[in-house]
Amino acid sequence: MTAAMPISLEVNGEGVDAHVLPRLNLADFLREHLKLTGTHVGCEHGVCGACTVRLNGEIVRSCLMLAVQTDGASVVTIEGLSDSGEIVDLQAAFRDRNALQCGFCTPGMLVTAQDLLEQETEPDRERIREHLSGNYCRCTGYQAIIDAVETTARARMGRKP
Amino acid sequence: MKASAFSYARATSVANALELLAAYGDKAKVLSGGQSLMPAMNLRLISPELIVDIGEITELRGIAVKGCVLSIGALTRHVDLLRSPEIAAHAPLLTEAVAHVAHPAVRNRGTLGGSLAHADPASELPASMVALNATIVARDQTGERRIAARDFLTGIYETALSAQELLIAVELPIVQENSAHFFHEFARRHGDYAIAGVATQAIVRGGLFTDLRATFFAVGDRPILAKAATKLINVRITPAVLAEASAALGEELDPQEDQQASAAMRRHLAKILLARCVFALLGRPDLTPGERV
Repeated sequence: MTAAMPISLEVNGEGVDAHVLPRLNLADFLREHLKLTGTHVGCEHGVCGACTVRLNGEIVRSCLMLAVQTDGASVVTIEGLSDSGEIVDLQAAFRDRNALQCGFCTPGMLVTAQDLLEQETEPDRERIREHLSGNYCRCTGYQAIIDAVETTARARMGRKP
Repeated sequence: MKASAFSYARATSVANALELLAAYGDKAKVLSGGQSLMPAMNLRLISPELIVDIGEITELRGIAVKGCVLSIGALTRHVDLLRSPEIAAHAPLLTEAVAHVAHPAVRNRGTLGGSLAHADPASELPASMVALNATIVARDQTGERRIAARDFLTGIYETALSAQELLIAVELPIVQENSAHFFHEFARRHGDYAIAGVATQAIVRGGLFTDLRATFFAVGDRPILAKAATKLINVRITPAVLAEASAALGEELDPQEDQQASAAMRRHLAKILLARCVFALLGRPDLTPGERV
């Protein structure tokens, strides 16, 4: 059983079949097997949030999941969120507000922020801070990130009929 | 780091998981949500030969009220605990505690059974189970047994579970009339493991505690149900009574030192927590916390 095992899943809407070793985590599978390098690997023990992806509609740490566990699952990475245009406004707000510098944490921040904005239309700064509390940024000091998420939430509210 | 090589089996039922555990014993590790096990494996703190993934055993997931018992399946995720109206109604301490467990992405995967079986002395849920006087249901191939949460948690990452046993569920007595609860922890960042914390389930009648299960965590090798709290039962609490209980708590605790806090700091924080707990549960602003500990 230490041998590679077959898995079949959906990544960013496309079917993927692969053989993976049990020890391979989802983050490394996405990066090294599928070349989806937008998912970043920081701490590898669930603290930094850089590897956050969407699994069956919910955000998870891809460093704390085995690739074999995703058999039959649907995974959306930052590439999927970005290419579909789902977070184009959030990305623009990050740029406008200088909510990124080195960009290492940004994919995880965007995936996590979008998760909040899907659940709550009008989160206040405290809620935004709380939801992003599991994502480390070592450049910005967080204020600009909170600004960007808050701006996006307000803009999305304004667009609603 | 990356986990070392292991074999993987996805258990198809509880019976199947128990067969695997019977065959592999302590060479196997049960994978539930993986939010504690995976970090430990990635850090090479443990290197099991076989991972038994119980994640697909849906019968282990769910929350049910049976008479005066709230039964929670081992695979119930933190996010499900947080959103459960049954838990909010019958064990509100747990609802409050879960909000302090890690972050949304971790709460989407982490499970109650996993947290208890992992038994990190700084984590919120084991302490809450002791405060709530929970019973842990464990099963092996020969049958099922029930273990009081206090007896289940035996040390740092140690429990009463044998290598052949699977944690099946947790049973909580539903809260009685006059019940009150208090949860607070000190942590560097919201969602981090506590530097010191307390989970308390109490009964308050006529301004007096008739029961006070103040369970401190991150201040010992397991959650500590404070004996010092007995000094606060059925007495009118004055600053002097509180000071005596606080001193007894300091004597009772033997906290570890690490890069986050010294033993003395943890002892001090525990005393602050006890004072705040009493202040909050009795609504006694005269017992200003932090000043008489």
